[in-house]
Amino acid sequence: MTTEAATVIEGRIVRLGDNVNTDVILPGPYLNLTDPEELGKHLLETYDPEIAASVAPGDVLVAGTNFGSGSSREQAVLAIKARGVQAVVAAGFARIFLRNAINLGLPVYECPPAAAAARPGERIAIDPKAGVIRVAGQEFTIPAQPRFLADLMAAGGLVEWTRHRLEERRGEEVQDRR
Amino acid sequence: MAGLTVAQKILSAHGLEDLTPGSFGLARVDLVMMNEVSGAPAIRAFERMGADRVFDPERVALVADHFVPAKDARSAELVAGLRAFARRYGISKYWEVGTTPDAGIEHTLLPEQGLIRPGDLIPGGDSHTCTYGAFGAFGAGMGSTDIASALALGEVWIKVPESVRVEFKGDAGPYVTGKDLILAYIRAAGVAGATYAALEFTGPAVRALDIDGRMALCNMAVEAGAKTGIVAADEVTLDWLRGKVPADRLEPVTADPDARYDREVVVDVDGMTAQVAQPPSPDNVVDVTEIEPGVRVDQVYVGNCANGTISDLRQLAAMLKGRRVASHTRLIVVPATQAVYRQALKEGIVETVLEAGGMMSPPTCGACFGGHMGILGPGETAVATTNRNFRGRMGHRDSRVFLANAYVAGAAAVAGEIVDPATVAEPVGAQS
Repeated sequence: MTTEAATVIEGRIVRLGDNVNTDVILPGPYLNLTDPEELGKHLLETYDPEIAASVAPGDVLVAGTNFGSGSSREQAVLAIKARGVQAVVAAGFARIFLRNAINLGLPVYECPPAAAAARPGERIAIDPKAGVIRVAGQEFTIPAQPRFLADLMAAGGLVEWTRHRLEERRGEEVQDRR
Repeated sequence: MAGLTVAQKILSAHGLEDLTPGSFGLARVDLVMMNEVSGAPAIRAFERMGADRVFDPERVALVADHFVPAKDARSAELVAGLRAFARRYGISKYWEVGTTPDAGIEHTLLPEQGLIRPGDLIPGGDSHTCTYGAFGAFGAGMGSTDIASALALGEVWIKVPESVRVEFKGDAGPYVTGKDLILAYIRAAGVAGATYAALEFTGPAVRALDIDGRMALCNMAVEAGAKTGIVAADEVTLDWLRGKVPADRLEPVTADPDARYDREVVVDVDGMTAQVAQPPSPDNVVDVTEIEPGVRVDQVYVGNCANGTISDLRQLAAMLKGRRVASHTRLIVVPATQAVYRQALKEGIVETVLEAGGMMSPPTCGACFGGHMGILGPGETAVATTNRNFRGRMGHRDSRVFLANAYVAGAAAVAGEIVDPATVAEPVGAQS
């Protein structure tokens, strides 16, 4: 499954392994923080302090299978976005993380061969319109995303989608009263 | 048309039309739950959505449980925010330990309060919302923005999961509990073995479990990546719910005899002994008898939404009775709710814990997620009845957590290392 962004995303690869869970993406002790910038400071802190320190705006996280497993904490996505990470490419995503990313408009791409080819520090380019990822001199196809998720993303994420739906309902209620 | 699974029937009853795995739709919800940690971003998102009311104040449950009693000023603000949200939108189902009677940890508390019924669809702002599967309900953990949307609309977007039938067969050993069944499944399936699937647990070993055992089983479905884990309601479920839930709301949802499962898994637990998940992953599971002798245990933690029930405390007490906690080990006992705490008092379990040298904590998610009330230092090792043992989960990055049932935890508290509970004391029911 894949979410869509309008333009080509190009950035430096931060390479992560399999089963990177939300506890190591954003550790539990920081769940009392609410400012995304503050959360961002602790991104990947328990995963690997060196990698954590190296994440820079414009980077693309590339991970193995089951990225974002464990806790439902949306703060993990907020921390990733706060550090200026453009997108996450993985061999696979855990369910709740995937929902959170889609809902909050963090572009995520499930593409096992692209993830396997990605080397740390090299460049990766994601072309959502063409449906391809270019990395390590190769080009990989991103599976097309389901219609429902395309609409959700086109609406600007779940906040906007829900806002529209609430407005529609209010319109219907006004009609009913007439 | 092929028959339907429990998950498909519940989704269908809540408005999903296409029940093909992978298809999308909107589902009406019966109850929406959040805590102070998922609540803070959810409340912000709710406001940004332009919502001016929750879909139904009677069908919202708010539980401050992660950082309570407030660990610091920031935690106090989160709790205050949740409390203010309850007041502002007329939500009476608000719990905070020390303030509201019978409060506690959300996933043990909500069933106790009669808020979970067979066939319900419950999105919760916590990954262990799948615990409600113990009652034949469809509980699914979601992030804060999903919860905000559910609060505003009374519905959530759903991707129809694959249904996986997990049958436990055989007669397990005397120290085997619901915790061990789920650890045995995760051992076989791996942490991504059930990604996006709805697990339906069945077989004689599951039917023989009481509700506490079933909650432990369903609680860790998410540790295999599942969306939910369900035990179809039966007489055990209905007996437990009677008196808590109006009789006309007790309608079990069962799978059709010709239900089509995407996968069927058999877990043979015949003769199985207690299971232990070694750090740093819930699927790194071995028999307790396979653990190398001499793993020094600094802390034993009995509690959390998986295993903080009266059954767990009884298992712990069976190990502790007449014994002392090892001199280099500390024991922290966290009843999941005040009702569990009171029952433990009545049964003399609290006295047993204190006499052994252990300590009682108020109900809180506490140290399970590294929050507070028992954080591990560098190099420390814990045995915990919790559900996650990722690196740094309960404290320092270089601390370790072994996940096990309360027998193994109690035995470790006494021995100061991980041992087979059979070498310490008889199980519950065997002592007379």
